[in-house]
Amino acid sequence: MENEHLLNSLQTGFPEAAIAIGSDWPEMSIESTQLLEVIEKLKGSDKWDFDYLFCETCVDWKTHFTMVYHLSSTQYRHSMVLKAKVDREIPQIESVVKFYKTAEMLEREVYDLFGIQFLNHPDLRRLLLTEDWVGYPLRKDYHDPINMIKL
Amino acid sequence: MFSIEKILNSFHEWLSSMLNQNMVMLLEMALIAFFAITLFATLGLVLVYLERKVSAFIQIRKGPNRVGPFGIFQTTADTLKLIVKESFMPDSVDKFLYQLAPFIVMITAMLLLAPLPFARGVQIWNINIGVFYVTAVSSLSVIGILMAGWASNNKYSLLGAMRSGAQIVSYELSAGMAILSIIVLTGSLNLQDIIASQENGWWIFKGHIPAIVAFVIYIIAVTAETNRAPFDLAEAESELTGGFHTEYAGMRFALFFLAEYINIFIVCAIGATLFFGGWMPFHIGNWEAFNHVMDFIPSSIWFFGKTFFLIILIMWFRWTFPRLRVDQLLNLEWKYLLPISMLNLLVMTLIAIKGWHF
Amino acid sequence: MRNVVDTTPEGNMVLNVGPQHPSTHGVLHLFITVNGETILNLDPNIGYIHRSIEKMCESLSYRQFIYSTSRMDYLSAHMNNHGCALTVEKGLQIEVPERAEVIRVIISELTRLASHQLWWGSLAMDLGALSPFFYAFREREMITDIMEETCGARLTMNYIVPGGVMADIHPDFQRKVKEFMVQFKSKIGEYHELVTDNVIFQNRTKGIGKLSKEDAISYGCTGPTARGSGLSCDIRKIYPYSAYKNIQFNEIIETEGDSFARYMVRMREMEESVHIIEQLIDNIPEGEFQAKTKAVLKLPKGEFYTRLETARGELGVYIVSEGGTTPYRIKFRSPGFSNLSALNHMVKGHKIGDLVSVMGTLDLVIPDIDR
Repeated sequence: MENEHLLNSLQTGFPEAAIAIGSDWPEMSIESTQLLEVIEKLKGSDKWDFDYLFCETCVDWKTHFTMVYHLSSTQYRHSMVLKAKVDREIPQIESVVKFYKTAEMLEREVYDLFGIQFLNHPDLRRLLLTEDWVGYPLRKDYHDPINMIKL
Repeated sequence: MFSIEKILNSFHEWLSSMLNQNMVMLLEMALIAFFAITLFATLGLVLVYLERKVSAFIQIRKGPNRVGPFGIFQTTADTLKLIVKESFMPDSVDKFLYQLAPFIVMITAMLLLAPLPFARGVQIWNINIGVFYVTAVSSLSVIGILMAGWASNNKYSLLGAMRSGAQIVSYELSAGMAILSIIVLTGSLNLQDIIASQENGWWIFKGHIPAIVAFVIYIIAVTAETNRAPFDLAEAESELTGGFHTEYAGMRFALFFLAEYINIFIVCAIGATLFFGGWMPFHIGNWEAFNHVMDFIPSSIWFFGKTFFLIILIMWFRWTFPRLRVDQLLNLEWKYLLPISMLNLLVMTLIAIKGWHF
Repeated sequence: MRNVVDTTPEGNMVLNVGPQHPSTHGVLHLFITVNGETILNLDPNIGYIHRSIEKMCESLSYRQFIYSTSRMDYLSAHMNNHGCALTVEKGLQIEVPERAEVIRVIISELTRLASHQLWWGSLAMDLGALSPFFYAFREREMITDIMEETCGARLTMNYIVPGGVMADIHPDFQRKVKEFMVQFKSKIGEYHELVTDNVIFQNRTKGIGKLSKEDAISYGCTGPTARGSGLSCDIRKIYPYSAYKNIQFNEIIETEGDSFARYMVRMREMEESVHIIEQLIDNIPEGEFQAKTKAVLKLPKGEFYTRLETARGELGVYIVSEGGTTPYRIKFRSPGFSNLSALNHMVKGHKIGDLVSVMGTLDLVIPDIDR
């Protein structure tokens, strides 16, 4: 489906969410609590069939986090971006491992570098850094006078 | 041309004329011991250098070419390095077995030099059960390998030693059957008799199809027995462990290393003796003139030429084929090689009885 | 360091593979739980070469950060640079001249060939055949010589920049590329004869490490790993970019899903790359090799994502910009990361010797995974 067509189709499917065309693909912004039902609808429905999660990451906006999911369909070849707002004080969001097995390692990486707790993740532990590392380096307020050099 | 037999005989007579019989025997034994050790060392040197040059040739590069002209002193330099290296012994090993293991492997290899006929009339010990002696003594090296793996007190060494032990014991069966196929044709275990029976042609040509099948099985089986690629799971264990000689360093490791190359030489020598006639030149039936011309080349050159041809063949295998997994290796032996070699033995017996060979 | 048990409560042994290991091609540490020779579970422990490139790029300008991306997947360094350049150009809406596009694609395909050749040599070496490594490098040397003449370096080239390429091609470039292609086409038959048709090699790769198409989609596998399982995911074909829009080539797909299928996909991809270069090498258009851009680049506020196909699979470059001279957040979606997540599933039930075969056909480059 083309971007415009997909945008209209998504707007009909999710009337209360904020959907717009970003730089490449339709972007949908939702709250973190709605994540699982939205993904279930996007993956399960025949007309969208978003079965390929090709990027999952997080952006730190200093007042809140945003989890960004890039989804694509291997059948229809259309893509979209799903953004979920996560609270900064208690960063928690549901894990999407039961829909996309690739999320297991991707979410471990986000937990490692940002500190977001993924509920119902089978094995949430640090991935790239050592087990006893303190702090979450990719956050904007992370200070490490020994390891970080200001350029 | 010159003949080693005549030189040795005249030397023996010269000694007998000077001393009494017992002294002569003792002196000759000492000389032969010295000769065996020298041959062991020299062959080791030559074979390691040959391996490096053959592998370089196959891999489109030059081998060692700095130490000495064409790099011929490379192995001497390596041996010198290994001798002066610290030969440490880890604390938790079983001391007696750890120190004994390399010697068992080396002694077995040296004992096998005894019945080999190097040239016409040159043989250290002409025993009437020559082939039987060779197969029996070569089985003893498994003990050395298992001893090394056990004594190292390292679970990876033990894994490697067990795999290697299983491999050697299995492939001895096929090798033995292949050897038996030729014995059936000659009717004697004595190595001199076997060579003499090839006067009118080598067994690989006279015995036609079953002899060729036996030769192929023999080459595969001895490549596996000496832990050479493509069966070198125990040695080039880049997958997980270092094999049974992980905990050995310095001169002890050098003994294992050299013993492996001597084993290759010996099995190729046996193969050359049984299938290609040993020191017997290439004769065709009763073409007198041709045979007479072939006889001009000394028999020692024939022997070493055939042995080195087989050695280069085995080295060629190493640098061409990937490795077999351990269960595929044992599969190959028990499900394919052993039934084929048993069938081949039966066919060869039939041919020997009916006289359907050349 | 976490406490790793030597023996699990059921009596299975836990072994370490790596981080220093001849077969893992990089610092990859795996904990494998084995029962005898059979692998029951595999747990990767990565991060040994984590250099936090993503955090570093937040303090580098848009012209500077491209140089650190060459070090991510160093075997397809040009393609990493290409991805970053495409994203920056998308943000600034720069038109890249035709000549630069064609040069970029030729250089990318040469890099893909070099990467696949190294992969072939090291796969054969891991499985025990030590000679093909030298034959692969004989051809690869010709490519690195071409790179050295045109780009100035042999491994991390930094040739592709936002706006085009850094400098024009060397006058000998076309001649040398044609010579290389003649040599390569005569040798690819030898590669097949030596390794592909070898019974021992086929026994070690056929039926090993099966990955079904549904699992490939779920694990996010990409590149030849996924194409060996029947998933059509070649970004050059599906979402064409740069000069790929104007040329003809086939996407190679095998359906078996085992190691041998992944191997054959890469071998045939090498031949397709030669086909692509043949279409372009004589038709390099005249013109500028770099568009005029400002000295200091400032991307407008927004988010930009580029997908492109490296030798290992789909690379994603995601830039979030707040309007400054440095990116606010960069994320590199690496192909090796998702291929590695499928490794546990692929080797369960196989022997330790098969682990080498599966890892070799996945073609992992660890700096790409760790970033």
